[in-house]
Amino acid sequence: MSTSAIGGGAARPAGTTREASMQRRTEGQQAVRRVGAALDVAALPSVGFSHRSLMWWGTLGLMAIEGTAFALAIAIYFFFQVHAERWPYTTPPPALVWGTLNTVILIVSMLPNHLAKRAAERYDRRGVWMWLGLCLLLALLFLGVRWLEFSALNVRWDTDAYGSIVWTLLGLHTVHLVTDTWDSAVLEALFFTGPLEGRRYVDVSENAMYWYFVVWSWLPIYAVVYLAPR
Amino acid sequence: MSDVAPAASPMLNSVPPTSGQAAALERTWRDPPGLLGWISAVNHKTIGKRFISTAFAFFIAGGLFALAMRLQLAKPENGLMGPDLYNQLFTMHGSTMMFLFAVPVMQAVAVYLLPLMLGTRSVAFPRMNAFAYWIYLFGGLMLMTAFALDIGPDVGWFAYVPLSGPDYSPGKRADFWAQLITFTELSGLLEAIVIVTTVFKLRAPGMTLNRIPLFAWTMVVTAFMVMFAMPSVMLASTALIMDRLVGTHFYNPAEGGDVILWQHLFWFFGHPEVYFIFLPGLGFLSSIIPTFARRPIYGYTAMVLSVIATGFLSFGLWVHHMFATNLPDLGKSFFTAASLMIAIPSAVQIFCWLATLWTGRLRFRTPLYFALAFFVILVIGGMSGLMLASVPLDVQVHDTYFVVAHLHYVLLGGAVFPLFGAIYYWYPKFTGRLMGERLGRWNFWLFFIGFNVAFFPMHLLGLHGMPRRVYTYGAEMGWGTLNAVSTFGALLIAASVLCFLYNAWHSRSHGAVAGPNPWGGGTLEWATASPPPACNFEAIPVVHGRDPVWEAGAEPTHVAGLSVESREALVTTVLDAHPDKREAFPNPTPWPFVSAVATAVFFIGSIFTPWAVVWGTIPIGIATTIWFWPKRRETAAHLALERAP
Repeated sequence: MSTSAIGGGAARPAGTTREASMQRRTEGQQAVRRVGAALDVAALPSVGFSHRSLMWWGTLGLMAIEGTAFALAIAIYFFFQVHAERWPYTTPPPALVWGTLNTVILIVSMLPNHLAKRAAERYDRRGVWMWLGLCLLLALLFLGVRWLEFSALNVRWDTDAYGSIVWTLLGLHTVHLVTDTWDSAVLEALFFTGPLEGRRYVDVSENAMYWYFVVWSWLPIYAVVYLAPR
Repeated sequence: MSDVAPAASPMLNSVPPTSGQAAALERTWRDPPGLLGWISAVNHKTIGKRFISTAFAFFIAGGLFALAMRLQLAKPENGLMGPDLYNQLFTMHGSTMMFLFAVPVMQAVAVYLLPLMLGTRSVAFPRMNAFAYWIYLFGGLMLMTAFALDIGPDVGWFAYVPLSGPDYSPGKRADFWAQLITFTELSGLLEAIVIVTTVFKLRAPGMTLNRIPLFAWTMVVTAFMVMFAMPSVMLASTALIMDRLVGTHFYNPAEGGDVILWQHLFWFFGHPEVYFIFLPGLGFLSSIIPTFARRPIYGYTAMVLSVIATGFLSFGLWVHHMFATNLPDLGKSFFTAASLMIAIPSAVQIFCWLATLWTGRLRFRTPLYFALAFFVILVIGGMSGLMLASVPLDVQVHDTYFVVAHLHYVLLGGAVFPLFGAIYYWYPKFTGRLMGERLGRWNFWLFFIGFNVAFFPMHLLGLHGMPRRVYTYGAEMGWGTLNAVSTFGALLIAASVLCFLYNAWHSRSHGAVAGPNPWGGGTLEWATASPPPACNFEAIPVVHGRDPVWEAGAEPTHVAGLSVESREALVTTVLDAHPDKREAFPNPTPWPFVSAVATAVFFIGSIFTPWAVVWGTIPIGIATTIWFWPKRRETAAHLALERAP
């Protein structure tokens, strides 16, 4: 059986266009041969990105679960708001500056994130290492500013129900950031030390997809935390 | 730049597999020996068997709690126990049965059976599957330990605020309940991901969406429901424990919080939860009925669509648990309509089964008895459900024994009877031997009669006004006779469960040897040995119809070309199950166990100090990172099989 050591970082032409993916699919079907009563699958690829990867489905499942949790937390916020005569009850709304700065940082981070994903899909070890590293720096910067965000909320979690849900929303999102930052750091270390194989590039690609989720889920939470009380 | 050299050229399987290949597959897929091997196990059958046994252990515990309550209620003003213990008992009974038995046991059976039914070698994410089991076990042990130390929760299985809040439940009891939720829902959510990915991506070639066994359909719909419903109760219980421990005000009206919020969040999960329990039960029936009617299921497509419709509709019912609150009447009418509507897909399925039975050649064995009991019991439960769906009647009998009767008819009829049938049905697959038929009949009739004797009188007690969750009642209420009858029924159920346990234990070594397909079933789990080899199938089957065992003969018959020396499985496309990719599966490792221990420390620690949420993450981070970190030898084995698309 022939092997190509993509895990070792062998170069592969960029193949992210639609034609290339169509071609790959046909190749995949040709790779399966009838041999007597058997269906021989030895020539099938062992690495596949996006929905061909089990990890993609697992990540999607996590996103569904966590997306539901975010949506419900937002629902709690408005549940309180519609029952309130004045909103926020007694405190001023959160200061805009840090949350807005963080939104900008998150949106900017999508660029290196996208490039890390592209690099992974080319099995480009150096590219992954570089762009994932940049993502990581932005994530750490973001977490630093997040600390300031909590201090600029102008309310404590134990002040009233408004404070409780605002802290919970921001806290929930921060938990996702921390875990994804940690995931990225582990992957970055792994791409430095090895051992690598093709599926690790898939891991990077899925990690990037999850980061998109963290960014996209932030935008409604930003709107709720910072704009809804104004 | 390659840092790992690929291992030597790997041995691939042929069709038919040679004995050397079969032996290599067994070595590759079995769990390692010894204590370390025991905690490192990741084979889905090992985890599935542990999961099922643990769930049944909790079932027995939950049953004993119920029996203790029934003994207390057997006569008026009984002094067997005081109100405090009684409160703990009904909370423990409900929480154990719902969170530690009914939902997990269905996922447990799925974890064991799905790869066999779908024709693959493992569940997706086998290590996460093991982790989910340990989390579940530790959560259950925490609850039982708390109860043994007389700090068991005492606020009911749905723990309404303000009763469960900081003002009315000081101490740690309600916190244990809240963390039980965190444990079991984490486990359930992870299993949902495992199940969806397994069913979507690991089916045998040719098993299109249109040919998936109905049990797998029910599990995949259930898993999707879990993903969208369980976050609600996790959020609710986290908010509760934060109210109790760090002074948030989610449920504190004095500071803008709202107690009705709890009911919304709980029942947004709690009603779909009924269907997490019920849908897999339907899946069991759809497996048992065709086999014992000796014909394919009638109306496969209608059945699948009904299951999916039930999944969607179940999210529109939660307010019918809240008819006694001050919600707008128009809103309640909507939920009445939705509650009545769910009778439609349920009826479609019932008529399809009846058609299958009617036109089949029935073989009356224990699994079929349990399946037939479903029709009687569930239909009675469904009838009282239709009654409760109407607001005026619901308000009248709210919080009475009428509701207790209804929910037990639905849950036992819809899930527990089919589950017992399923255990009799698949026990020979689990162990290689059949359970005794004679004890099976004793088990069935004692259960069926005992159940009706125990629970039917509760309808009448409810209509006579007996409230639930009272530890005793006065003789002048006139409830004594019916309660005594009910307690007698509970004793019959206990005798029935004893028959079951003895049968299961005794048949392991003394049952008739089953062979691969003792019942003549049509789905793929019957195409392999009983018990199955570690790799499930020495060669992965190729599927040409809905009942592959009944339709054997078409070629190609099996898959060749998967490694026998490395854990390799075939990934297929979602819709048509075309072979798409080979996937290397991970080896056994103790780290999911260690990660689960670290997570348990985090969850339990946070009951006592909020700082556990901070320091508790460090061991979890370390353990999960080591879990992920690839080993050089495993990577080399994968590289030897690697092929770019």
